[in-house]
Amino acid sequence: MEEVLFFGSAIGALGGAVGVIALRNPFYSVLALIVHLFSLAALFLLLTSAFVAAAQVVVYAGAVMVLYVFVVAYVGGGGESAWEPIPGQRFLAPLLGIALFVELSVAVLSSSLLALGTDGPDVEAGFGDPAAIGTLMLEKFLLPFEASSLLLLLAAVGAIVLAHRRREANA
Amino acid sequence: MSIEWYIVLSALLFSTGAVGILIRRSPLVILLCLELMLNAGNLALVAFSRMVGNEEGQVFAVIVMVVAACEVVVGLGLIVAIFRRRLPLNVDDLRELRG
Repeated sequence: MEEVLFFGSAIGALGGAVGVIALRNPFYSVLALIVHLFSLAALFLLLTSAFVAAAQVVVYAGAVMVLYVFVVAYVGGGGESAWEPIPGQRFLAPLLGIALFVELSVAVLSSSLLALGTDGPDVEAGFGDPAAIGTLMLEKFLLPFEASSLLLLLAAVGAIVLAHRRREANA
Repeated sequence: MSIEWYIVLSALLFSTGAVGILIRRSPLVILLCLELMLNAGNLALVAFSRMVGNEEGQVFAVIVMVVAACEVVVGLGLIVAIFRRRLPLNVDDLRELRG
């Protein structure tokens, strides 16, 4: 059962990722990324991290993707030029990607982490639920938590400054 | 499922995102590919958190999600600003900052 769920979600995640980079229309790329994010949320659930899965669906697939859809609708699709600054970039890039994948896999799988081949230790029922994550965030990781809230505030202010319609910019 | 499978899948997704950044020209799609790479990192973090059996890696993943949201907000603000000035939305044409 777990294998079926894993491979289904993995195929969904990989198909979504390939769709993002292969589809010509940016709107379809955004839709493919939503498929990818939902599949990843299922994988997070398989790894018994309920809170991360819920945050993935609510924050990413909900809020961030709506923002993307708005901007794609505003900017419009538009075709991409076929001009390449480096000759043969379209053929070299996949080779580089395959090399990167092989290198990452070899680096991780040949490491001496013995627990990699196992399912992980048995965990109690509350592993990864909102209460556990919230306790960790407000006790052990209070400083990163506050720093990330400051970062969010800065990003919101920065977006307003960037997208603000200035009179001298239109002249 | 053993943890290796998740790590290999994460490496595969990361490489897919990297290839996307190299072959696409539109800044919107490049931002989407950045999301792919950040999410691949998240998958690895959560898988390792499961492997060692404590939740700290999941807190890392949530913080990565916050950073990704900030990056999207600023990136989309830049794209809207570029569009407003009627500049081409193509990373090869926007090369004034190149050395």
